[in-house]
Amino acid sequence: MELFIQLMINGLIVGSLYGVVAMCFVLVYKSTQVVNFAQGEFLLVGAWTCLSLLTYFELPFWLGFLVTLAFMTVFGILLQAIVLRPLIGESVISVVMVTVGLAIFFQAALNMIFGSFAKPFPQVFSQETLEIFGLHIETAYLMSIVPSIIIMIAFYIFFKRSRWGLAMRATAYDQQVAQSLGISVKNVFAMAWAISAVVSGVAGIVLGMVNTVSNSLAFIGIKVFPAAIVGGLDSIVGAVIGGLIIGVLENMAEFVDGQFLHFGNLYAIAPFYVLIIFLMVKPYGLFGTKDIERL
Amino acid sequence: MAVSNPRPCGDFRTDYAGDTRLFSDRTHTIGFFFLLALALAVPFVFDGYVVSLMILIGIYGIAALGLNILVGFTGQISLGHAAFFGFGAFSSAWLNTNTGIPVMITIPLAGVMTTAVGMIFGIPAARIKGLYLAIATLAAQFILEDFFARAEWFTGGSAGSLAEIPELFGFTFDSDQRYYYLVLFWVCVSFLLASNLMRSRDGRAFIAVRDHYLSAEVMGINLTKYRILSFGISSFFAGIGGALMGHYLGYVSAESFNILFSVLFLAMIIIGGLGSVAGTLLGTAFIVLLPQFMEFLVALLSGPMPFLIDVQPYIKEMAIGAAIIIFLIFEPDGLIHRWQLIRAYWRLYPFSY
Repeated sequence: MELFIQLMINGLIVGSLYGVVAMCFVLVYKSTQVVNFAQGEFLLVGAWTCLSLLTYFELPFWLGFLVTLAFMTVFGILLQAIVLRPLIGESVISVVMVTVGLAIFFQAALNMIFGSFAKPFPQVFSQETLEIFGLHIETAYLMSIVPSIIIMIAFYIFFKRSRWGLAMRATAYDQQVAQSLGISVKNVFAMAWAISAVVSGVAGIVLGMVNTVSNSLAFIGIKVFPAAIVGGLDSIVGAVIGGLIIGVLENMAEFVDGQFLHFGNLYAIAPFYVLIIFLMVKPYGLFGTKDIERL
Repeated sequence: MAVSNPRPCGDFRTDYAGDTRLFSDRTHTIGFFFLLALALAVPFVFDGYVVSLMILIGIYGIAALGLNILVGFTGQISLGHAAFFGFGAFSSAWLNTNTGIPVMITIPLAGVMTTAVGMIFGIPAARIKGLYLAIATLAAQFILEDFFARAEWFTGGSAGSLAEIPELFGFTFDSDQRYYYLVLFWVCVSFLLASNLMRSRDGRAFIAVRDHYLSAEVMGINLTKYRILSFGISSFFAGIGGALMGHYLGYVSAESFNILFSVLFLAMIIIGGLGSVAGTLLGTAFIVLLPQFMEFLVALLSGPMPFLIDVQPYIKEMAIGAAIIIFLIFEPDGLIHRWQLIRAYWRLYPFSY
């Protein structure tokens, strides 16, 4: 029973990270109609940048973190301007493939620059595990849920209260109308990519601190798909909830597998079965809008 | 998406038979048989290395052709083609070792088995399309990969399974030169099948589904049927290609059919030209030869920059990623479009307009 609760809590914590990454994914999809298969590589770029700033240049953590954020902003904007802008209005397959191409490119490039071995972050938090109500929780895990919640609240305030958030919502709703009302759709696109890159970068740093930094971090980018589909591909709230569901589900699969079934590896594959079932039964997810087409 | 066919002025087609003819004119026919003769002569002229590259191009070309029918002609997206390719390889090896059916017959049988699997994973396509379908096939890729690692009775699990060398009337295809002809035979069969399919009623239905699926449905085309059929046909070619690959290597390993391999197949058809049978081979040749070219380039530059040797595998991968991006931005219609432009230029020379 204790194991069950432990796994449940792990699931919620990992799920909140999935939720954050899925949120970035949905943000880009919603405002620019691009499905980003390179989301996982964004995490990697952020994590490796921060790690190299901390180890090679020996910056203090806060400074390295801020420089990484600035770098990710520029990275996101440049990527949108150079690679994705020429493809606006192209068919789905082109857009999917260009992000897949980016994923392959960055995966290989980062492997080349940083090597394929996992590297740990310098110790930021002193204590390894905390004991809460008799459960062992890694400090880093606990520390990872804090930025996730902060990011989610920031997203909420940004979209509800700020002028830019309003512009982005308008663009997501109808690009032509938004443009005719004087919103620069170009800037909105660039901003969506910048935000997505920055937030993914933060998630990458957090994950890198919890585990180690290696190219396997990019697998989060694949886990985002079940999360986003379960929540609905165009719902930001749905992404968060989908992320939590997938996180918990993974750990439940681990529990059932380890205790009863002994299949092995069920942990990694269960989200994809859920994904297929969801696509067949409820393709627009829990919160997604159903698109109706007219001739 | 479709590659337009630039035809000179005055070249009218006055009946349907003329429009659906396999070879549009005499140059086309002569060109085809000339290329076929060249392909037949390859093992006599070149050494084993070139022949082995040609075998790879042929095998991948068959599978990529299947994907092109699905993506280029029917407008569905599949990110799980490598899994079907792998399924074909495993089923042929499994059929041969467990039932003793000769390899020559298990190769098409593997195609049929893969068709069944492809149709099962094509069922979601009846309801969803575009992006959602891409994600569903991504899930299919991971589920099949997991199945390969798990089903020891079928695949030998992590140890992999052995595949026999094919034999026909006592003639064994045990060298690259000999195996080349087996592959060439299947390449010809597949490309003829695909070209013929596109001249038929079903082929036109596929194209209608791609161009505007709502209009196609209004015109009485059964969307569900044709989408699933397209998945089946695409998997058939993948199965044939996979079976040929398995018997070529003599060994099938569960790890090799990963998502990157699926992406490579997509890259082949995008670089070659979506919705073009001939373009598929061009794109496949490009993707197979690109790493070889990068190797050559690295060897050339390793004098002034010796560190390049260590990172060679990464450079090859980066080149493939960059090629996909560059082609999508600058030549979204693929190599075949470039070829058609060249042909149109010379056909109209010197009065290009």
